Amino acid sequence: MDNYLSLFTEYNIAAAFWVNIQLTFWAAIGALALGTVLAMMRISPVRSFAAFGTAYVNIIRNTPLTIILLFGVLALYNQLGFTLSDDFSQNFFNLAVMGLAIYHAAFVCEAIRSGVNTVPVGQAEAARAIGLSFLPAAREVILPQAFRGSVVPLGNVLIALIKNSTVAAVSSVAIEASSVMKTMLEFRGDMIIPIFATFAMGFVVIIIPVGLLTTWLSKKLAVAR
Amino acid sequence: MSASVLFDTPGPKARRRILLINVIGILLIAGLLFVVVAGLAAKGQMDPELWASLFTSNAWVNFLLPGLLNTLKAAGLGIVLSVTFGLAFGMGLLAQAKALRWFSTIIVEFFRAVPVLLMIVFLNILLARTGMVNGTDSPFWAVVISLMLYNGSVIAELVRSGVRNLPKGQREAGIAIGLTTTQSLRLIEIPQALVAMLPALIGQFVVILKDSALGYIIGFTEFLFFSRTFAAANGNMLQALLLAAAVFIIINFSLGKLAEFVSRRLSSRMPSAKEGANPATDIEAPITPPVAPIDPKV
Repeated sequence: MDNYLSLFTEYNIAAAFWVNIQLTFWAAIGALALGTVLAMMRISPVRSFAAFGTAYVNIIRNTPLTIILLFGVLALYNQLGFTLSDDFSQNFFNLAVMGLAIYHAAFVCEAIRSGVNTVPVGQAEAARAIGLSFLPAAREVILPQAFRGSVVPLGNVLIALIKNSTVAAVSSVAIEASSVMKTMLEFRGDMIIPIFATFAMGFVVIIIPVGLLTTWLSKKLAVAR
Repeated sequence: MSASVLFDTPGPKARRRILLINVIGILLIAGLLFVVVAGLAAKGQMDPELWASLFTSNAWVNFLLPGLLNTLKAAGLGIVLSVTFGLAFGMGLLAQAKALRWFSTIIVEFFRAVPVLLMIVFLNILLARTGMVNGTDSPFWAVVISLMLYNGSVIAELVRSGVRNLPKGQREAGIAIGLTTTQSLRLIEIPQALVAMLPALIGQFVVILKDSALGYIIGFTEFLFFSRTFAAANGNMLQALLLAAAVFIIINFSLGKLAEFVSRRLSSRMPSAKEGANPATDIEAPITPPVAPIDPKV
């Protein structure tokens, strides 16, 4: 037992998870903003915008996240000298956030689109029938229902983002969970299974409440039809 | 457009306005592309030499093809094992015995919550340390087993929701002709559920293929690994990563199209209950394909 507890004094496991939470937080904001814009483009009647949105989703969704994150470090930073911060390690953190946001924006876009699809066409017709023009109809009738309809898929994207933040290891973010776990496994060969169990349970403890919260929210916000 | 709830079918005036915005949009996108390409050219990245070396036989025979082969091997084995795992634990989730159901639920929930990369890193070291597999093979097996555990758990959930979406009469009919509940599950319900879940299942194969690229991190010599090795020697990392991405996109996009095609075929084969014109076909296949869950995994 003492041996196990020494893991926590030797390595700062909580700090590692904190980095993943920070990565998730900033990437979630970026992905939500970019994804919402893309979703609006995809459902707009303007062909070129819709085509751009579709192309973005199809390209990004089919690319491994590993390649997107590696591209930020090896191509943008190493080869082109592109930086997002003067601070050396902050730069890698920012590049990882950018990659995570770009990747998950494609899934946010699809989640929001699926929410819009849950709104029956009759709602829009009714909104117009009572004299609302496009913007008020969208604001008062369609979008509130669309966002309620996309709670569960957006929650799934958030859960995936939390787990995928470990891939930031390839962006040279050295102190996040998977990198710290790797170091610990290499130096404490006597405790391989307890180390993995600790990190795995860390993610279980973070992710299960998020899942419960989105299920609860989606039930609370569900539009009875 | 008329299908969108957000917009009216546009009239003549709105059509002119949309056309104008469309033209502006095309110009913006073309401008964006131009800025990117010109920017790359200014940095000397459009040098034909940097791109051409990726299309030589040296690049493909010695680097890219062996890497692609390893990727496909890991993904192929991962797919077979995931489906097996998913069927076994899917049946466990639906089992009558409470203990079995609980056990399966814990396994499935656990492996869905743990990041795949964490499992890959852990298994790589565990397999090598305990000597369960040859040291050089341990990255391959770490990737394959992790893919099986995560995606198998997702598939188990798919199997369960597929069976749940079947009409109750299917099981009742099975029991009526003298099958046990397990036999009815195995012979009647799961085959139907699998057909209905086929599009979502193919979608999961895309996830498996993409996740195999995580093996790069532990030194599994897959496609991305060899692309990087080649690019490091030739100084064209940007170009090589773009090529690697393009290969993944082509394979995954084709799989996605296959899933769409299968889902269209299924929906035309399975009349929805509302139409109900032909009771005979309704009894045969009254399943509406469940909505594919969005799974934005790596």
